[in-house]
Amino acid sequence: MTGFARRFNAIFGADMAGPLTALTAVLVIMGLASPHFLTAATFGSVAFQLPELGVLTLAMLVPILTGGLNLAITFTANIAGLTLAWTLQTHGGADAGPGAFLIGSCLALIVGALSGLVMGLVIAFTRAHPILVSLSMMIFLRGLGEFLTRGGDISGFPAFIAPIGHGSVLGIPVPLLILVACVIASHVLLSRTRLGFSTYMIGSNIESARYSGINTRKVLVLVYMLSGIMAAVAGIIMLARFNSVRVGHGESYLLITVLACFLGGINPFGGFGRVLPVFVALVVLQLLSSGLNLLGANQHLTTAVWGILLIIVMVMRWASSTFTGKTK
Amino acid sequence: MSIATDTGASARPILSLRGISMTFGGVRALKNVSFEVMPGEVHCLAGENGSGKSTLIKVVSGVYTPAPGAEIVFDGETLTRMTPVMAQEKGIQIIWQDLALFPEMSVAENIAFQSLSGPRMRLVDYSAIRRIARNALSRLGVMLDVERPLKDFAIAQRQIVAIARALVGEARVVFMDEPTASLTQSETDHLLAIVRTLSASGVAVVLVSHRLAEVLAISSRITVLRDGALVGVYPVAGMTQSGITELMTGRSFDERVRAREVTKNPVVLSVAHLSRPREFEDISFDLRRGETLGVTGLLGAGRTELALTLFGMRKPSAGSITLEGRPVRFSSNRDAIAAGIAYLSEDRLSLGLNQPQSIADNLVMASLDRILKRGLIASDRKRSLVARWIADLGIRIGLQEDAISTLSGGNQQRVAIAKWLATDPKVLILDAPTVGVDVGARAGIFEIVARLAEAGLAIIRISDEVPEVYLNADRIIHMKKGRIAGWHDPRATTLKALEAAVYA
Amino acid sequence: MPNVVRHHATEVVLTAVIIVMGAFLTLSTDRFLTLGNVFDLLNISSVNIIFTVGLLVVLIAGGIDISFAVAASVVQYVTVLALGGIGGGGWLSGFLIAASVGILLGLINAVLIHRFRIISIVATIATFNIYFGLLMFFTKGVSIYTLPDWLTTRVVLYEREMADGSWAEITLPVAVMILCVMTTWLLLARTTTGRQLFAFGDNPEGARRFGIPIGAMQFIAFGWLGLMAGVAGLMQAHYAQEVVPNALYGRELDVLAAVVLGGARLGGGKGSVLGCVLGVLLVSVTQNGLNLMGVSPFAFKMIVGAIILTAITLSSVRLEKLAPILSRRTQDTGSTAGKGEIR
Repeated sequence: MTGFARRFNAIFGADMAGPLTALTAVLVIMGLASPHFLTAATFGSVAFQLPELGVLTLAMLVPILTGGLNLAITFTANIAGLTLAWTLQTHGGADAGPGAFLIGSCLALIVGALSGLVMGLVIAFTRAHPILVSLSMMIFLRGLGEFLTRGGDISGFPAFIAPIGHGSVLGIPVPLLILVACVIASHVLLSRTRLGFSTYMIGSNIESARYSGINTRKVLVLVYMLSGIMAAVAGIIMLARFNSVRVGHGESYLLITVLACFLGGINPFGGFGRVLPVFVALVVLQLLSSGLNLLGANQHLTTAVWGILLIIVMVMRWASSTFTGKTK
Repeated sequence: MSIATDTGASARPILSLRGISMTFGGVRALKNVSFEVMPGEVHCLAGENGSGKSTLIKVVSGVYTPAPGAEIVFDGETLTRMTPVMAQEKGIQIIWQDLALFPEMSVAENIAFQSLSGPRMRLVDYSAIRRIARNALSRLGVMLDVERPLKDFAIAQRQIVAIARALVGEARVVFMDEPTASLTQSETDHLLAIVRTLSASGVAVVLVSHRLAEVLAISSRITVLRDGALVGVYPVAGMTQSGITELMTGRSFDERVRAREVTKNPVVLSVAHLSRPREFEDISFDLRRGETLGVTGLLGAGRTELALTLFGMRKPSAGSITLEGRPVRFSSNRDAIAAGIAYLSEDRLSLGLNQPQSIADNLVMASLDRILKRGLIASDRKRSLVARWIADLGIRIGLQEDAISTLSGGNQQRVAIAKWLATDPKVLILDAPTVGVDVGARAGIFEIVARLAEAGLAIIRISDEVPEVYLNADRIIHMKKGRIAGWHDPRATTLKALEAAVYA
Repeated sequence: MPNVVRHHATEVVLTAVIIVMGAFLTLSTDRFLTLGNVFDLLNISSVNIIFTVGLLVVLIAGGIDISFAVAASVVQYVTVLALGGIGGGGWLSGFLIAASVGILLGLINAVLIHRFRIISIVATIATFNIYFGLLMFFTKGVSIYTLPDWLTTRVVLYEREMADGSWAEITLPVAVMILCVMTTWLLLARTTTGRQLFAFGDNPEGARRFGIPIGAMQFIAFGWLGLMAGVAGLMQAHYAQEVVPNALYGRELDVLAAVVLGGARLGGGKGSVLGCVLGVLLVSVTQNGLNLMGVSPFAFKMIVGAIILTAITLSSVRLEKLAPILSRRTQDTGSTAGKGEIR
């Protein structure tokens, strides 16, 4: 290992190398390709678009660290958004006060936690595969949402909600502030708390964690509840950004969040991975999207490029482990 | 006692290996080893964990290619190389310790898997497969429903399926890797009867084991490996159990018995009439401060089950556990840890340590409370706690952040012990603490444990290796079929007498 | 007979549930047990059943695939464009093109998984995004409504006029579905390759020691799913009489749920073709029944989701807890570590 690599790893951690390289590559390539790329406008749009996907990715991240997956996050976000929307509507719709918003948000978070609680209980006590449990929860929540809304939109919210989606404080977009708060909270939770520690231990070997006195069931339930709460936060942001709630909003984010986690160096089998590289990976994805947009590409081409990026990163990981002789 | 002893000089070996060397990442796993099996012979390949037995089997079966200079002669034919397919064609069959069976598939398919493999796609002739399977089983004198999936059967029966599979391919030499490792005594007896049958029909059987008592009775010769090198080939006749152990470990057993007088110390743990259906029954003992209580017995004696019950991971159906005078009832091992009971698992690889995670995380895993500051993990406290135990137990590591799997078995086991010492236990249960630990590193672990006992820790030391318990415990419980079969005082008995009692 | 029950517990339970539901619906509605309705059920379920038997092969080999449904959309588009290029074509050329494109897309996954050691869920999430993104980009999301005539003409294989004047029909997709089910069954249950797929999914290390070609297993599994996805895509276009680029988006998870409902295990080595068929039928019968009983269509998915959640929960409750006789199996927990891990 060269001196530079060692210093880099000491400061940022070895898992930062990939995302930071990708970030540099995107900035350089896009900057060269489009004169409008390295401008405040680009970063402004990234700052507003990043949060929904970002918070949803955090909701996906923690279950993956335990070796699971939560496929229900997008519809949990929708249902949580619906909860808030109804609370506002029953309190006067566009005339609802901040109190109603607070109550509604709390209810939304509780609904998110409930969805996680059910999944967590099933996964922890029956050892059913998380993909299946969350998949069926997803199908259920989608159905529930469509049943309740009859496939329509719910809109008509008080004006003071808009800034949560579009406003800025000291020049920093409010949604970005929420995301940063969630990132910091997740980072502290995972790296500094007993729950976070247990999450990693469970992810790499649940039985050895149990033999060491970790309450594996409790941790799994909490992890999925946390995931549900995080999804609910995303639901609230989406409500504010679109000024409406529709079941299916953000559905296409689902697999993108998984992609962002893998891009950020999260081990697909669980046990390893940190929040910060994932955050950088998210920025890369969003910058790529904005840059391609400037070049005239649409969101769909961006999606394809994201997929290609994931494959490039995985192939590079394969190559580096093959050619440095490490067996993993 | 032994059969097939007429392996005279005139007979030609069915399989002979010479000059076998293997290197993995700079570590020489095999150093110029030779090995030879006569037709129809029952041969014991003995050695401790890490002595190179498994590597040798993988060379024989073609999974590994040995370093240049190796010579493999099968039935008079010198082979330049060996592949898994060639080994099967020649009739060299391996029964792996993990059996390498397919649990979801039927017994018949498992046995006749040979006729399912091969690159060309063919239709499966299930009636032929069932016939092959029944024939192979009947050669072993066993009846199983061959159409049921393998997962319906217990380990012992699965082992029989693996043997039957080896017989399908016209076996000439069968290697059995630790065949008795997960069998109870009666199952072992049945297995050995099968080995006799095979041998009588002209098939050479190589039993690879570090448990000797079971296999010695039927082997004619024994090849001993130590640290990847050949120690020697010996006729079994006249060999003693301890004599072979001495060859395997390179250590003579004139070491002193460590047992001390501890009856004046206060009782820490008192167990009365503890029972769990089909696991153990009516277990009672007192454990005193500073005492090391040895628990030995054959597999299936209920040793680990008893330990897990004391550790709160299983609930007793009857009886009581009293810790420092107070009756305790654990609803999980968290209660047990909080009360001061620690349990070092016998399965270090998958239960005792979290192999992919770091040394530091493994060490603090059971004692997170001690490194919290205002509810958060304080990295300085963590570092210093880890550093203190690393120094205290003389653990050799690179960085605290390195994965625990990068350490040697002995150092891993020290981390596992440190993990439990960090919880400040009153009772430490050590379940097979030297499994997978190199011979040289064992003494260090014995020293640590002795020091802990000297400092007043009450220790329950479980092992199926009788000498280990004999030399290191103050008193010994011999468990048999879930019951206490006898109490022994190392100072009042000999190793031979104890071994005789255990292996009787 | 008791053997059949024990070996095929999932299939037996599913059949029983379907029969009970069928009996209930027969009594409570007058439409359920009519030839027309039963045939409709088959017609509607055909495309999904073709998908499930394809995915089953991948699951049995221990992998997972997220990309097959959007791959089927790609197949639809490419096939229709290619058919236009060759001047219309016919069923034979249609099947050939759809099958080859499907297989190709499946093999891309296999290459990523085998050659570059990317685990299947990561690889197929990437290809999912690539296939779908490129499809939407190149088509600009525009549907094709002008398909060749032969493709949109309903092919009725069996029909019968009912008492009320309506026609009960079995259409081409049902026949194709039956063919796909039979060949997949033949592959999995009756050929050495199929048994090797089971063995590989069940115990990859054991299979490797037996000299089973690991790469070939991946290529066969993902190639087969690609083939099925191609055929299903063509049938879906035929059935819907149009090609909508995002029509199958999201279908992958519904199909996965049905396969698992049918007893397949994530992690490999377990699952049956019959289970897949029953899994899809259970979902279809539920929806059909709710429909006939006049329940709001918006409630269908919710109820189906609740049923799947319950089924997965119940089927995962350790059998040992319910029947202590089987508890002997818990002894070898050590060896099952890593089970259920998708490769």
